[in-house]
Amino acid sequence: MIQLKVNGVEQSFNGDPEMPLLWYVRDILGLTGSKFGCGVGLCGACTVLVNGQATRSCVAAMRDVAGKEVTTIEGLEKNGLHPVQKAWMQINVPQCGYCQVGQIMQAVALLNSKKKPTDHEIDEAMAGNICRCGTYQRIREAIKTAAEQMA
Amino acid sequence: MSAIENVSRRRFLTGGIVAAGALVLGVRYYSKLSPGAKLPQDTNADHATLHPSVYLGIEPDGTVWIVASRSEMGTTSRTTLPLVVADELDADWKRVKIEQAIGDKRYGDQNTDGSHSIRSFYDAMRQAGATARFMLIQAAAKQWGVPATVCETDLHVVVHRATNRTARYGELASAAAKLPVPSREELKLKPKTAWRYIGKGEVSYDLEALVTGKAIYGMDAHVEGMVYASVERPPVLGGKVKSYDDKEALKVAGVHQTVAIDPFTPPPAFQPLGGIAVIADNTWAALQGRKKLSITWDNGPNETYNSDAYKNELRESAHKPCKVVRTIGDVDAVFANGGKTFEADYYVPLLAHAAMEPLVALAEFKDGKATVWAPTQNPQGAQEIVARELGIPKEDVVCHVTLLGGGFGRKSKPDYVAEAAVLSKKVGRPVKVVWTREDDIKFDYYNAVASMYMKATLGSGGKPTAWLQRSVFPPIPSIFDVNAVYGDPNHLQQGWTDIPYDLPNLRVENGPAKAHVRIGWLRSVANIYHGFAIQSFTDELAHATGRDPLEYLLDLIGAPRTIDFKGVDYPNYGATLEAYPWETGRLRHVTEMVAEKYGWGRRKHGKGTGVGIAAHKSFLTYVATIVEVEVNDQGEVRIPRVDMALDAGLVVNPEATRAQFQGAAVFGTSVARSGQITATKGAIDQSNFQDYPVARINEAPAQTNVYIVDSDAPPAGVGEPGVPPFIAALCNAIFAATGKRVRDLPITNYGLS
Repeated sequence: MIQLKVNGVEQSFNGDPEMPLLWYVRDILGLTGSKFGCGVGLCGACTVLVNGQATRSCVAAMRDVAGKEVTTIEGLEKNGLHPVQKAWMQINVPQCGYCQVGQIMQAVALLNSKKKPTDHEIDEAMAGNICRCGTYQRIREAIKTAAEQMA
Repeated sequence: MSAIENVSRRRFLTGGIVAAGALVLGVRYYSKLSPGAKLPQDTNADHATLHPSVYLGIEPDGTVWIVASRSEMGTTSRTTLPLVVADELDADWKRVKIEQAIGDKRYGDQNTDGSHSIRSFYDAMRQAGATARFMLIQAAAKQWGVPATVCETDLHVVVHRATNRTARYGELASAAAKLPVPSREELKLKPKTAWRYIGKGEVSYDLEALVTGKAIYGMDAHVEGMVYASVERPPVLGGKVKSYDDKEALKVAGVHQTVAIDPFTPPPAFQPLGGIAVIADNTWAALQGRKKLSITWDNGPNETYNSDAYKNELRESAHKPCKVVRTIGDVDAVFANGGKTFEADYYVPLLAHAAMEPLVALAEFKDGKATVWAPTQNPQGAQEIVARELGIPKEDVVCHVTLLGGGFGRKSKPDYVAEAAVLSKKVGRPVKVVWTREDDIKFDYYNAVASMYMKATLGSGGKPTAWLQRSVFPPIPSIFDVNAVYGDPNHLQQGWTDIPYDLPNLRVENGPAKAHVRIGWLRSVANIYHGFAIQSFTDELAHATGRDPLEYLLDLIGAPRTIDFKGVDYPNYGATLEAYPWETGRLRHVTEMVAEKYGWGRRKHGKGTGVGIAAHKSFLTYVATIVEVEVNDQGEVRIPRVDMALDAGLVVNPEATRAQFQGAAVFGTSVARSGQITATKGAIDQSNFQDYPVARINEAPAQTNVYIVDSDAPPAGVGEPGVPPFIAALCNAIFAATGKRVRDLPITNYGLS
């Protein structure tokens, strides 16, 4: 039996301990905000926070998140929108939107560790998150906007 | 296009028994089918008090329902088309609720491809809004006992200025619904000066849902009792299962059963590819079970296909005389006279779509009827293939359209939807088929691999006196007819037969190529390889004659004129040449505009930096692009700046249009930097983002500036036209920076990355 906290709620899981966290949150908990994009940690669409660290949930086995605190987009902000989500709306970042939850979770982790990232730091932190629609220019701008608002 | 009809009474005919069956964003309304029940076709708009159009309904509380009949894959058409309705209606956008249509021919064409949602539905949307506004005005006038001609509308109200009376739309809805629906001729559309939204645009209706994870994509669709499926498909197109052993697969916890899917009978069209499906409690269990399958394949005749050898065959074909598809003057006579002649071969490999949401579909077959939920660009096409595969009438298939996590043309081919339906019938439960990224890349409908041969003789000043171009590529019609080997007019027109240069002697040719994989539409389609060849060759000729590439390009485009397509099978993207003539002056204008905005010739470029330019019209939109690159000693290409000027006629949503062109620069970067699908013994070599990389934030253009020509010409496409000129401009910039001429994409062939 694996115990973990998802968005502040205690959960227990007694299935295959090798099951990636992504399929647990999506198929078992029904939290579908985190997306399946590649299954091998190459695209970042599945990014969630595990103990505050940006984590590719598609390659994080349940056994590895035992006892940890998982935050998905559904639990990112209790009241209203997180400043990063607000900035995403202000800059009108999404096109199809499928990757954007992962982008936002990655950006949240970045801004938690660096208050005012440079372009280069943004590119380094976000390089694991693919956006096939090509919204990168706006992602960079939105992260800077969020950084200002969070300062 | 469906005509406006008074459909208010229609719901009584259908019984009005089923609640809205559509997937509404953030809320899941799933209607379950009961035996003998009518299928859920009704929208909230259908049930609204005033319902003068299939696209529109107005409630007594003032709520305006607008039906989005086209699919949303990121181009914002789900927002932009309703915005046109709202403008003509003079509606308050905050009181508009958008609902997604199911597949239903009453909406006309729903296949959301070819960059024509706005072009083809702009008039219909205006008409829908104007019809309702007309009826509301009539109702108010009748109520006030004044002529309708002295009444007008303001935001969500009808106004009689003389007496300062106003009536809200909601309170007029019931009276208006009793009036006859006006004919098209009676309608008076708003003048441009009165537009509220057209030309100003709006952000996506779904924006908040998109940033909160509440948006429902096909991957997120769910119904009670559903099971998950993952399918091991024949690795070679047309292959079959010879034998298989599922004992180990069935031992995986959560796996229920395995199901064989029949191989297709050629041509493939949109049929499932066949294979063995593993059915399980959850996606992970299905994937694990699939890994334990042991299958022996009969690969069939396409096993002989190797993409390296095929590339050489295409090139050889392009060196021989081919089918002539357009001709001016006599190129052979000029070539026979000798003179300064240049030749070049260009090549673009197969390309995969790789939308961020891998293919997925959920289907429930019950009591002889099917309901599917899918991220599809083509819900009516999905109905058709599902009906055919299940042997039921198309009318007994309901196709709900979820949001699409990208489409780029792949999701207009509903093979994956049919797969889910076939499995649901076999399993007797709702089945959700989840494609992995590997499936998505290995079982695509690829953009055609193409080889282009170009030859020109140059006269005084370096201007061509004769120009020959041949393209050879396996055509898209091959998925419907295994014997189709020549390009069809719909794809030869894409940047090939419509070469806009002012040339005294021109011959355009196309050669035969047999397909060994499924070929399909991908964002910009044949314009990708055709635009690359023509715009690269143009740049090569400019450099060969010592001319400035911009000035040379303008020289070739020549004086403003309308291209005469007499004798050419030129479909003009389905539009008439009267409404959408090919005007070289507009291509010239965007070229001059982008050069001016960028500061062409006025900016200094250091070692390892360079700029390139290209101009290309596609999907009826004129685009010119300048790309600036920096290439370091390791051959790493950075793109600090891109400028794009476009003339798409009337642009309804400039903000969404800018986004599409910024995205096109990134899409084009992926094509040029790393876009390459290859095959060995008929099986695709690539599998995921490690071997089919797409541009990441640190590889994409840092800044793309988009300039939109202010135009009253009828609206044209914006989703696709940004890609083709970008690719050529990038390669031209690489030449300017390094002296390396990229003729075979991707650029990795030249030690660049």
